[in-house]
Amino acid sequence: MNMIKLSWKYLIAKPLSTGLNILLLGLGLAIITVLILIQDQFENKMTKDAEGIDLVVGAKGSPLQLILSSVYHIDFPTGNIDLKDAMALSKNRLVKNIIPLGLGDNYQGYRIVGTNHDYLALYSATFSQGNAWEKPFEVVLGHEVAEKIGLKTGNTFIGSHGIGSSSHEHDAHPYVITGVLAPMGNVLDKLILTSIESVWYTHDEEHDHATHEAPVAKKGFPITDQDREVTSLLIQYRNPIAAVQLPRFINSKSALQAASPSFEISRLFELLGIGVKLIQGLAIVIIIIAGLGIFIALFNSLKERKYDLAVMRTLGASSWQLFLHIVLEGVILTIMGAVVGIAIGHLFLVILVMQNDQGAISTLSAAVFLKEELWILGYAVIVGILASLIPAWNAYQTDIAKQLTKA
Amino acid sequence: MILRAKNIEFYYDSNQKFQIPDISLDAGDQMLVIGKSGSGKTTILNIIAGLLKPKSGSVTIDGTDIYSLKGSQLDKFRGKNIGIIFQKPHILAPLTVEENLQLANFFVRENTQMIEPLLKELGIFDKKKARINTLSEGEAQRVSIARALVNKPKLILADEPTASLDDENAAAVVRLLQTQAKKYNAALIIVTHDQRVKDHIPNLIIIGGQL
Ligand SMILES: Nc1ncnc2c1ncn2[C@@H]1O[C@H](COP(=O)(O)OP(=O)(O)OP(=O)(O)O)[C@@H](O)[C@H]1O
Ligand SMILES: [Mg+2]
Repeated sequence: MNMIKLSWKYLIAKPLSTGLNILLLGLGLAIITVLILIQDQFENKMTKDAEGIDLVVGAKGSPLQLILSSVYHIDFPTGNIDLKDAMALSKNRLVKNIIPLGLGDNYQGYRIVGTNHDYLALYSATFSQGNAWEKPFEVVLGHEVAEKIGLKTGNTFIGSHGIGSSSHEHDAHPYVITGVLAPMGNVLDKLILTSIESVWYTHDEEHDHATHEAPVAKKGFPITDQDREVTSLLIQYRNPIAAVQLPRFINSKSALQAASPSFEISRLFELLGIGVKLIQGLAIVIIIIAGLGIFIALFNSLKERKYDLAVMRTLGASSWQLFLHIVLEGVILTIMGAVVGIAIGHLFLVILVMQNDQGAISTLSAAVFLKEELWILGYAVIVGILASLIPAWNAYQTDIAKQLTKA
Repeated sequence: MILRAKNIEFYYDSNQKFQIPDISLDAGDQMLVIGKSGSGKTTILNIIAGLLKPKSGSVTIDGTDIYSLKGSQLDKFRGKNIGIIFQKPHILAPLTVEENLQLANFFVRENTQMIEPLLKELGIFDKKKARINTLSEGEAQRVSIARALVNKPKLILADEPTASLDDENAAAVVRLLQTQAKKYNAALIIVTHDQRVKDHIPNLIIIGGQL
């Protein structure tokens, strides 16, 4: 027998009240857990995916949409821009590097992104199989794409038009897989990468076999005399002055729109932050109610228990041991609530991710444990102590003789 | 001398002071305190048990003036040296019979190795995993006796242990208390208004006037 076991016995003697209190506290803490997990992963992922991209240029529209579609590949593109405008921009002295993107196709919901090898370099991509594309219609699969659709180097598939999975298929020109990327833990995992040329040629009516065999551009833009378009451009600044001048220049002078990922993300988080704060407030209210519930349960049980406490004193327990006995009951309760809460939080995330196997939520992982979750445990212990302090003090002051004479 | 209560004065209301005779008992002595309801029997017992500080006078148990002990020292002293049996068997309901006895051991930080022999002697060994609400009243009474004895006390105090029992069981409980006290050479005080007990313990004091 020890103090913890003693408190534990009293807790399981009233399983309904104990269970309800654990569950209520668990729910409140589960919400906090989910918020912490999502917030941490979103922020981490979003910052990581945007690393090295100073500016995104695309068709006019919502700047946030431009960022979401071109950096994170989760929204629809704002439209296409003229290759000539894009190439003109690449000659600007403020631009250090420019990576064109051609979007618009998918395979089973995974986006096919036409780009050049700089895009791979941007994320320091490494291959688990094969190599990068060299010719039109050669593609490289992100790690997760390869895993989910079960294709490997040498296999072919036919892309569909549009960026959602329900669009019609292109009838000609299968893509050939030349490589599969190693798991990157970023946006590349969910992309199918190919050359700009591939994206162009799939949409062409007539097919010219000579060009289809020519090597594609590995840096910069493809050389062509035709009127072509790209979707957007990822730009790296040459110097800090560019951050001031370039966006203003692009937005005022041309038919193009420039958007800064870091600016748009922080704006997005600000917007989300209000929602997060609301949910957080709700969670705190639930936790306070749970704390009150524990307080009431302990306080009420004390009435019936005064006698037990007096008996313990006659057996040699000190007042402080009675105090500890009640506090331990509160703390055990809340620690269990915290464990249940963290478990529910992770379980909720598992279910959430399972139901969304593509898109922003699918990049989340439930198997991540953060040190903030230890804080949850800490908060729970504090709630337990606060809720049990008054009942424990009551127990401390039990007048044994009076109590024993009463019955 | 195991117990010496000297010049004890106590009252809840200064107009109604209790008349408390001096008491002294040696190891193995047995004594009955008889008085009618409301005469202050439980009050005396509480004073001797260190649960209720008298207005004046001293209670000395095995050479220790118990009311000179501070806070938890008194609690530990009580747990170690005094076994108390209440009128109703106050067994902690969330714990099993065995755990009730283990708790008594735990609070004095000693393993007296008495749990098994006591439960066997009192005929409740097969109930050691049972809960209080599955025990008969007589069994519960024996559990509370076992719990009072498990720390090998030098002084056993019983408050109306026979009040709710029939003649046969009342006699059995008194006999049980007597044999256990003798066996462990403890002093025994039984406080009661139950006239039946008189036949078993000749050494008695009467408080609060004649019955
Ligand atoms: N905490 C208290 N405050 C005030 N008066 C009390 C208190 N406890 C007991 N009394 C009074 O003191 C008197 C003696 O009480 P006590 O419990 O010692 O009687 P008793 O002899 O044990 O009676 P019974 O045989 O009914 O158990 C009673 O009149 C009772 O009302
Ligand atoms: Mg009484």
